[in-house]
Parts: sequence; structure tokens; C-alpha cells
Amino acid sequence: MKILVCISNVPDTTTRIKLSGDQNAIDLSSVQWIINPWDELALTRALELKEASGGSISSVSIIHVGNAGSDATLRKALAIGADDAIRVDAAPADAYAVAHEIAEAIKDKNYDLILCGIESSDYNGSAMGGMLAEFLNMESVSSVSKVEIEGDELKLNREIAGGFEVVSATAPVVVIVQKGIALEPRIPSMRGIMMARKKPLEVVAATGAEALTEFVHYTPPQPKAACKIIDADNPAELVNLLHNEAKII
Amino acid sequence: MNNVLIYTENFDGKFKKSIYEIASYGSEIARQLSGEAIAISLGEVAEEELKSLGNYGISKVLTAAGETFKTLQNRAYTAAIAQAAQQENAGVIIFSASNTAKAIAPRVSVKLKAGMVFAATGLPSNLNPFTVPKKVFHGKAFADVVVNSERKIISLSQNSFGVKEHPAEVTIEALQVEAAAPANTRVTDTQKASGKMLLNDAEIIVSGGRGMKSADNWQPIEELAEILGAATACSRPVSDEGWRPHAEHVGQTGKIVAPNLYFALGISGAIQHLAGVSSSKVIVAINTDKDAPIFQAADYGIVGDVQKVLPQLNEAFRKFKAEN
Repeated sequence: MKILVCISNVPDTTTRIKLSGDQNAIDLSSVQWIINPWDELALTRALELKEASGGSISSVSIIHVGNAGSDATLRKALAIGADDAIRVDAAPADAYAVAHEIAEAIKDKNYDLILCGIESSDYNGSAMGGMLAEFLNMESVSSVSKVEIEGDELKLNREIAGGFEVVSATAPVVVIVQKGIALEPRIPSMRGIMMARKKPLEVVAATGAEALTEFVHYTPPQPKAACKIIDADNPAELVNLLHNEAKII
Repeated sequence: MNNVLIYTENFDGKFKKSIYEIASYGSEIARQLSGEAIAISLGEVAEEELKSLGNYGISKVLTAAGETFKTLQNRAYTAAIAQAAQQENAGVIIFSASNTAKAIAPRVSVKLKAGMVFAATGLPSNLNPFTVPKKVFHGKAFADVVVNSERKIISLSQNSFGVKEHPAEVTIEALQVEAAAPANTRVTDTQKASGKMLLNDAEIIVSGGRGMKSADNWQPIEELAEILGAATACSRPVSDEGWRPHAEHVGQTGKIVAPNLYFALGISGAIQHLAGVSSSKVIVAINTDKDAPIFQAADYGIVGDVQKVLPQLNEAFRKFKAEN
């Protein structure tokens, strides 16, 4: 079995977002870049499955659409334990274009399991995994919080309102994962970092896939009015304010 | 292509508030386009429930049920919705922002080559070019997104438009779907808590953080939730410690919520937590540290030990509920 994990390169989640002067772009000049948190958990789970498989999972590969600026993030994913990386050399214009590029780059590679994070922490599109599955005409299971392998079948927990469904799937399938899939993302070891330098990072030319959407303007959130502080000895006043002032209860 | 198609997901045969909200939203866009608002419902839903969509401006409901739609099979659902959009000349397709919408909307986007805006925060600000507002970086900025394709897909963020009545005559029509190819995924078991208020449905959420000190101290939180008919939630350290289940974690990497009222109890307000709750209409914080960032995000705050304040607050709410 061959696993592919799709990786997005995003600003660190603690980044304070600054806009460009004309507000037509986000100022990314002093941003720290990281592996998208859900993708990092997906990679961690893929490596756990490979280690427990007794050799039946032959490889965990990663793929990314981006320019050379992403290579540090990809090397980190290799240091965590991915076997090889593919970077499609294009700026990621939108989820549709990214999914199309990935589909083109892997169509002859016969991955059995493709893992994607449920969203990216930058544009919050929740789109790429589902789009990729449709481009590849593969079945997909989304909102997955647990992946196990039993024989030839994947056992997936899919979150639904009020609980979860257990979904059995056979390869090939796209699994779109969320919180719970792995407990903690792995941290690269010193040995991992050394080995990552020698692992293959293949850069492939983009096919020029078209984007359908465009982010044209940004505005900062409205500043919030100051918090009204209520005396700790008088919680009834809070109830009063929620009822008579905020009119929320 | 002036019509608007709305995917009205059902939950055990019923429509939730978020579905009436997207019906209201979709029918408003249809009026702006001088088109018709058409719903598509997949799976078993009683006729009376389908007709309730007429209260929110839907003039036609397409419906398909049967074995194919008993459980969510993404390819089959995608094919049915895409077919309905083509058959009804829908230029705009509306989804909620539910897990199901996350599973299907991106697939429909590819099938129809329709650009998608996920978790939009309001009506299009412009129809030409078609421009839709949404949050990025989990609310740290708002963006205007232009959709350049002929067809457009919008998923609407919950509680960002509201349920608006607009009574219409509604007809119900069966959608004749082609038989789906057999799927290589199947549901083998369903585990569902019954009677519990769900986070994404809740108008009020009571959430506890590290300041609660241990899993054993959750009883007053449960109590407050019960008094107010609220759902319970927690911050990331709490679910990481195993004090509460992961499904209760709200924040950037957990659930994004937007209730009317959010109680942050013993939560300091890390930037990732705020990203998950900042769309709440009113935030109440109780924390010992007066400089905790949660007070920057809160509307009302009490500086004090949550373990001491909460029982008194519960008493005050109980009294209020008895009198009102």
C-alpha cells in the first residue's frame, strides 16, 4: 500500500495578520511558515500506520503545490518521516487550481490512500481534499477522526451530528481528516533532519491549471468594545446585564 | 442560469435551523437575480417537512430517496446535486457549512466547474463580478472573494444571515437520478448520543478551560448548561489532557462555533481559542487573571476564581429562570 499526504504551507497559527497598505493583500513579509496543522496530523497518522503495518505499507509520500519558498516546510515533513516529496512548481492560486495540479501530477502513481487535512488554517476553504477526489474520480470520506487498517480494509470514524459513523473503505480512497486523527504532531528528530537532506524532493512543472476564485480585498475585523467587568461578589448583575442590556437570555 | 439551488440536508428526516437559514439566504439571492429558489433534498423526508421550506421562499423542492441516499456516499450525492443544478438551470448553488457540506460541495464544484466560497459571512456584495465576503485566518481578517466561473457555489457560515420568513407556494417534485456506481465505502456502524445538545446547534455554549483544574470539577459547568439549555465545550488543553472528549474542543483546530452566548470559564484565551469562538454574539469570561487575553474578546467579564464564582452564578441563573 502506498500513502500520499497532501501538504499545505501556511503562516504559523499564532501569526498576527497584517494587511498591505491598499488592503488588497496580506502582508506575509515577516511570517513563520509551518505545515498546515491538519496536514501535519495526517502525516503523523500515516507514519504510525506505516510503522505498525509490518511492511505492507511501502511508502508515505507528500505532495505540495507552491514555489521554492515552501521547500523548508517540505524538508520538515521529510524530517518527520515522509519518504519522498513532490512539489508542483506553481503559486497556489485557489483550492480548485491546487487540486487540479495535484490530480495531474499523481494520476499515474497509483496511491492507495490519499490523506488531506480538512481545511487550511489560512484561507479556511475546506475544499482541496474533496476537489482532488472528484478530479481523480475516487470516493472520499470526510470529517474523519480515526483511521485504522484491518486487512485490506480501512476502518474510518466519520463525525456526524451527535456522534460518528464507522465507514469501511477499500483502496483507492481519499480520506479527509480532522482533529483526533493523531494525538500530537511528531517533532523531527536530529537524525530525521539529517536524513531529510538526502530524501528525494522532486520538483515537477505545473500544468497551468486555472483558478476559479480570486481574493481581491481584505478588511481587518471590527475592534470590539471594552469588556464590562462585573464584581465577583455580584454574579446576579451579570444575569441582569445579559437579560436587560445584551437581551440574550 | 438565474435560478438558485439550495442543498437542504436533513438530520434523521428533519431540517434544522441552519437549513432554514440557507433557504432564506438562497431565496434572497434568487430574488436579486430574478430567478427561482429551488431546494434539493436527498434521503427520506416527510412531505410536510419538505413543504416547510416554502416558509423561507423556496418555490420547488426536488427530492430523491431510496437505498442510495440512506447514508452519505459522496459521489452519489454529488452526482444528484450536480444533475439538479443542470436540470434547473441553477447558476448559484448554496450549501450550509456542515460536515456534509464540506464533504460534497467541493466535489460539486469540480463536477460543474463552479468556483466555491466556503463559509461565506453574508450576501454577495456585488453580482457582477460575483463577490462574496468570508473570513480568512479564522476571523483575523475578512476577505472579498470574486468567483469568476459561470456557476458559483456558496457555503454559508452558520448564524451569519439568520432565518427570514418569506412565504412561497411550494411544489414537490421527484428527481429521477441515474443509478450510482457501487461505492468502495460503506457505513458499518453508527454511534450517536441521543438527547444531548450538539455544539453546532447550540444557541448557548458553556466552555471550560485549564482553570477548571481537573475533570472532576466539571459538574457546575454541566449544571449551567442544563439551566440554560446549552451545550458544553472546552479549550484545547482540556481535551488534550483527556478531561473532556475531543469532540468538545472549540478553537482553531477543533470546532469553530458561533452561538448567541459563549461562556469562557477558566479559559485564558489563546489566539487559537479566540479564532474558534470570535463569531459568538456575546462572550462572557470568568478568569482569575485580569490581564488574560480572553477579556479583550469578551463583552462581560468577572475577575475571580471560576470555581468559587460559578456556583453563585448558577444560583443567580436558576433564580432568573424561575422568575422568567
